[in-house]
Amino acid sequence: MVPPLAGLGSIKKAVMLVILTPWTYQWIANLHAGVASVFVGDTASYNPYMPDYEPVIGLEVHAQLRTRSKMFCSCPADYQAAPPNTRVCPVCLGLPGTLPVINREAIRSIIMTGLALHCEIAQETKFDRKNYAYPDLMKGYQISQYDLPICHDGYLEIDVDGERRRIGIERVHMEEDVAKLFHRTDPATGEGYSLVDVNRSGVPLMEMVGRPDLRSAEEARAYLIAYRSILQYLGVSTGSMEEGSFRCDANVSLRLRGASALGTKVEVKNMNSFRAVYRAILFEIERQSAKLDRGERISMETRGWVEEKGITVSLRSKEEANDYRYFPEPDLPPLHVEPSWVAELEELLPELPEARRARFMAAEDAKGYGLSEYDASGLTDTPALADYFEEAVGAVREGHGGDEAPKRVANWMLSELASHLNAANAVIDDSPVRPGDLAGLLGLLAGGTVGTTQAKAALEAMYESGKPAAQVVEELGLAQVTDSGELTGAVRQAIAENPSAVADFLGGKETAAKFLVGQVMKATRGKANPGIVAELVAEQLGALKQ
Amino acid sequence: MAEDAHYMSVRRMSDALRARELSAVELADVHLRRIDAVDGSLGAYLARTPELAREQAAAADAVLAKGDGGPLMGVPMQLKDNMATRGVATTCASRMLETYVPPYDAAVTGALGQAGAVLLGKGNMDEYAMGSSSETSAFKPVHNPWDLERVPGGSSGGPAAAVAAGLAPYALGSDTGGSIRQPAALCGVVGLKPTYGLVSRYGLIAFASSLDQIGPLTRTVEDAALVLNAIAGHDARDSTSIEAPVADYTRGLEDGVRGLRVGVVSELFGEGIDPEVARVTREAIVQLETLGAIVDWDVSLPTSRAALAVYYVLAPSECSANLARYDGVKYGYADQGERSLMAALEATRRDGFGAEVKRRILMGTYALSAGYYDAYYKKAQQVRTLIRREFDEAFERLDVLVTPTSPTVAFKLGEIVDPIVMHANDVCTVPANVAGLPGISVPCGFVEALPVGMQLIGPHLSEATLLRTAHAYEQATGWHDVHPAL
Ligand SMILES: [Zn+2]
Repeated sequence: MVPPLAGLGSIKKAVMLVILTPWTYQWIANLHAGVASVFVGDTASYNPYMPDYEPVIGLEVHAQLRTRSKMFCSCPADYQAAPPNTRVCPVCLGLPGTLPVINREAIRSIIMTGLALHCEIAQETKFDRKNYAYPDLMKGYQISQYDLPICHDGYLEIDVDGERRRIGIERVHMEEDVAKLFHRTDPATGEGYSLVDVNRSGVPLMEMVGRPDLRSAEEARAYLIAYRSILQYLGVSTGSMEEGSFRCDANVSLRLRGASALGTKVEVKNMNSFRAVYRAILFEIERQSAKLDRGERISMETRGWVEEKGITVSLRSKEEANDYRYFPEPDLPPLHVEPSWVAELEELLPELPEARRARFMAAEDAKGYGLSEYDASGLTDTPALADYFEEAVGAVREGHGGDEAPKRVANWMLSELASHLNAANAVIDDSPVRPGDLAGLLGLLAGGTVGTTQAKAALEAMYESGKPAAQVVEELGLAQVTDSGELTGAVRQAIAENPSAVADFLGGKETAAKFLVGQVMKATRGKANPGIVAELVAEQLGALKQ
Repeated sequence: MAEDAHYMSVRRMSDALRARELSAVELADVHLRRIDAVDGSLGAYLARTPELAREQAAAADAVLAKGDGGPLMGVPMQLKDNMATRGVATTCASRMLETYVPPYDAAVTGALGQAGAVLLGKGNMDEYAMGSSSETSAFKPVHNPWDLERVPGGSSGGPAAAVAAGLAPYALGSDTGGSIRQPAALCGVVGLKPTYGLVSRYGLIAFASSLDQIGPLTRTVEDAALVLNAIAGHDARDSTSIEAPVADYTRGLEDGVRGLRVGVVSELFGEGIDPEVARVTREAIVQLETLGAIVDWDVSLPTSRAALAVYYVLAPSECSANLARYDGVKYGYADQGERSLMAALEATRRDGFGAEVKRRILMGTYALSAGYYDAYYKKAQQVRTLIRREFDEAFERLDVLVTPTSPTVAFKLGEIVDPIVMHANDVCTVPANVAGLPGISVPCGFVEALPVGMQLIGPHLSEATLLRTAHAYEQATGWHDVHPAL
């Protein structure tokens, strides 16, 4: 976080402090547009947004589970790519007379999740009906869990600004997803109509309800990323916000710093990316504080994030809130979870992000990689990234070996490879450059076959073509010229063509030698090994000196 | 013999088919002709399926010709219209589902299909099985074959009337608060509500999920056992279905009642029970005593008096959710006039449901509402536990409890207009549903030429005992041989 600046006007202070993150440009744009308001006050608590108020944030996260079949029927759960209404059966269509059957694989997934979140796993749990009317709800009620969730009272730890924070988890429960509505307009009449795709209906949905322990948008984002990372490590969810398999609602309220009572909370929905969550919370903190500053009351309501405008708008007020009339689902007997099963699943828990990060930071003689916290965090973000890293390091060690293999792999992954992936909006699994290929490239670099510049060019070509490093270097002629015979001629030519530089050198200006090396590199279009060239230049100039 | 083939028992029909005395197609035709002749005045059938019946009968004949097939092979039947039949309209006797044709078969439809049953058509009923007179059917009321001015009981009035009048040798009904047993009593046939979970509910259009149970209506007790054999058993598609080994319910049927400990529920012979019905039922119990049963004439189940109140909280609560899916968006009736979503939904439900259905949805919605849940739904569940416990205690020293099935004989169509009086018709039958116990109604005589039924209730999974007791009584009295004059 940014340290407080002293001696500036508060408005200026705010602007100066916020420009350090990209989304604050949006904030500034809002400011100019009159959408956002400016706060004044003491920044000594160094939260630039909230001089007087402390934000209290809790997240509710829905994650679709990657089970083979849906929650209560045998339809395939991977509906994303399927044509509309092709992953349906009488049960998930909610046809009269159909009954639900619990998907054991989904229960296994939620128990694993609960264990990873340090939750209590209920031995006796049950499903309930949540009643409300909407055309995306095939039965007119959603099977969910009300008072006896499968997992409860856990926590998740996050690091924000080097500070470790433990964020409580109230519960994790199981429910079913609803169908998808598409709102259209008839071009002929201009009248609106809606289409229903029932494929998503009945897909297992796991809802995690976090405690209101978060105090900033940054913490909320870190928490969300950490949670998704855990789900990905467990392999229970793809965690894609863009595809809608991972959805987050935020409850945001403000209170005077130091107060213990909670303020009136506002629920924010419709955020489709981590960035949107961050921005929406930031906006909501801002909106609420401005309102409080004006002496207005915050009304309890549900608001929706409008991405294009960067604002939240009211969706419905508390008065319009549903009475869901929960009652125990009579079609499903209470679910008894055997403690022996839970113990078995605990044994099966994979290494989780936190443990893996710690291992990546551990010294190499402690079976770690000795990475910095920054590198370790970046590389353990997803299990795929971490797996890639470990495989590449293994390949480097098996291949050319050399010092600091982990550090070198980490650097190349987090800089060069990451930029190619970002440019293509791809994730590590999509990378045409596989761990062995990266190791091959690092081998050529370490062996001096290519220099750093050529290696970067080679990686780019490898990323585009999927070909191995050696082939790309060969095809593009990127190999360094190390043959001193060939280079001797080039050096001789450079000395002949630059008499003034030679004169400077002989006159005692040592840096003129560097100029000559540069001329040789230029003439060989960068393919010469700079070390050898420097040696040859020194040698020939030395001969002239004598 | 063809003239009275329609009053043969299932067992007798099965034997006749096997002996090739008549073919399944001929037997189906006997029934189809009789339905054409008689049902105009009864209204026991909604959809009739003559083509399907002949097709299924022909297939059964082919099996029978090879000497194969079980006791239901080629025997016709009716299904109450709340059981899903693939390709055949399944309406719940509601305007809401008038056009609904299920794309799948209920578990019982499939099981009977496997057994070679021949579907004659779908049984008329109270709308969504809500009622005790079959007058709430949106299409037409059912008339009692013993007196056409009277109701057949409900909600399985169509199945009971059809079986009593020889329009089907057996039918499947559903029983949420007495909907098999009460019409069976009022029409003079046998009606069995099995233990909750013994017969799969998959494909039974739900009224109240924790109470609904499918069972047979037949003219003899043995037939009820034969039909139960075909439909009982665990079904993975119904999570409330019991994982118990399947019994042959015809075994031990002749073992008699000597030494059987019978308890007479005193509360259900007094106030609110027609004295003549009580008298006829007592006579039947004397008959059981004569057959060797040990009768305790004064068993008190004080908590079970609350069963009716419990039922009228739980059943509407569950129904308010179960019937939420009928919104006019996916299937069935849909209002076409309204332009907005919520207005169309309201209009669809206003016009698609009848008064009794709407009354129960309202009652249930109210009982589940914030602030009322604890006082109604939760309290009812607590009392339900007490009722179960009371039955459990009674069955520690008794094998069977006896009550009248219905507090009165069949009443006239339109006679009961007060819903509370109508709901009170379930007072004898509701406790078994609330406790999840099996109950059977067996004909036990007449009051003013109208049938009276005796109800036997047993502990969890005691169907064999109930059938054995009812069979012993039936064989000693022969009420099953008396048929209405139509
Ligand atoms: Zn399905």
